[in-house]
Amino acid sequence: MTTAAETQMLAERKLPPVIELGCLAMAFAIAGVVYLASHIPGKPALWPAVLFLAIGAVIELGNVVVLLRTRPFAWWMFWRVWRWVMLAYAVIAGLLMYIFIYDKIPGGQLALMLLTLGLFAVDVPTMLAYSVARFQPAERPAS
Amino acid sequence: MTAVSHEAPPAPAHAHAGVSDARIPASIVPLVGLPFVAAVIVGLIVSIAGNWLWALEWYHVVGGAGWTTLDLFLGFVLGPMIARMSIPTRAEFMARFFPKILLILPTLVMMTLSSGFQLARHLGYIDSSYPRHAWIVASFIVVGIMAVVALGVVEPANLAVLFEMRKPQPNGELIARLTRRFIYTSGITGVMQVGTLIIMTRIAS
Repeated sequence: MTTAAETQMLAERKLPPVIELGCLAMAFAIAGVVYLASHIPGKPALWPAVLFLAIGAVIELGNVVVLLRTRPFAWWMFWRVWRWVMLAYAVIAGLLMYIFIYDKIPGGQLALMLLTLGLFAVDVPTMLAYSVARFQPAERPAS
Repeated sequence: MTAVSHEAPPAPAHAHAGVSDARIPASIVPLVGLPFVAAVIVGLIVSIAGNWLWALEWYHVVGGAGWTTLDLFLGFVLGPMIARMSIPTRAEFMARFFPKILLILPTLVMMTLSSGFQLARHLGYIDSSYPRHAWIVASFIVVGIMAVVALGVVEPANLAVLFEMRKPQPNGELIARLTRRFIYTSGITGVMQVGTLIIMTRIAS
């Protein structure tokens, strides 16, 4: 059972800026999608979108590495939330994939859109699960 | 006849955070709402597959109206009200309110954006040759900013509050801090929604 002192300590401890980095990665990925979507039905140069996505992916990768090195951390709660958010995200991403494929978006753009959805699939559940787990005790409390 | 004790009852574990056990929802997301969400998604997929312009318009208008109204109401009416509530009242309100928002807002956003994208394709608004294409791009940017705010600030704060309230000893100060974040970001999304209204009326006129 978490005591009031433990709860206070959990709320005040310093942790890596996972949410901030996640937002930054998401902003870059979204910038790439806005660039691609604003050129429909044309075939714009893909390099700006690739660049945005690559920057977003590198930031997210760094984010995941930093998070995985965080000890002590409530990994039991992190994965519990992560799984459910991932399920919800899969429904939304599935709908978006369906639309992109249904609309016959050209191959290069489609690949980039799907890779962006893949980046979101790591980023969004990680941010939401982290936001919960950071305030939880590292050891799963006995129920 | 029920015996009445004159001794003061012991304070419940959640008392200092202002959340009584009875007020904490059984699940983080209200499960009773899931069939409605599933029905919305199935209807949306059928509408897109069938190229039903009326149905797409319905999804876009209903979803957009709900989303915009909710964000404006949260940002400019409910948010300032919550900010003036005492911490226990605020915590109790949030315990009831956040689970519903966790289900309603993503559903409205999904309805609006998916149908809006399809509508824009059907009506030619998304084509870069469309005279008001700049407004369409502006709407993408506004939605992008709102997505970052919602997924990076609002939803994490909401979820953290809901889980904090389920602890045997919730931290009232933390709940207050996280709800304050929710209130401020609601104001930001409210302003963004005013921008959306300007953009959409510019496109439609």
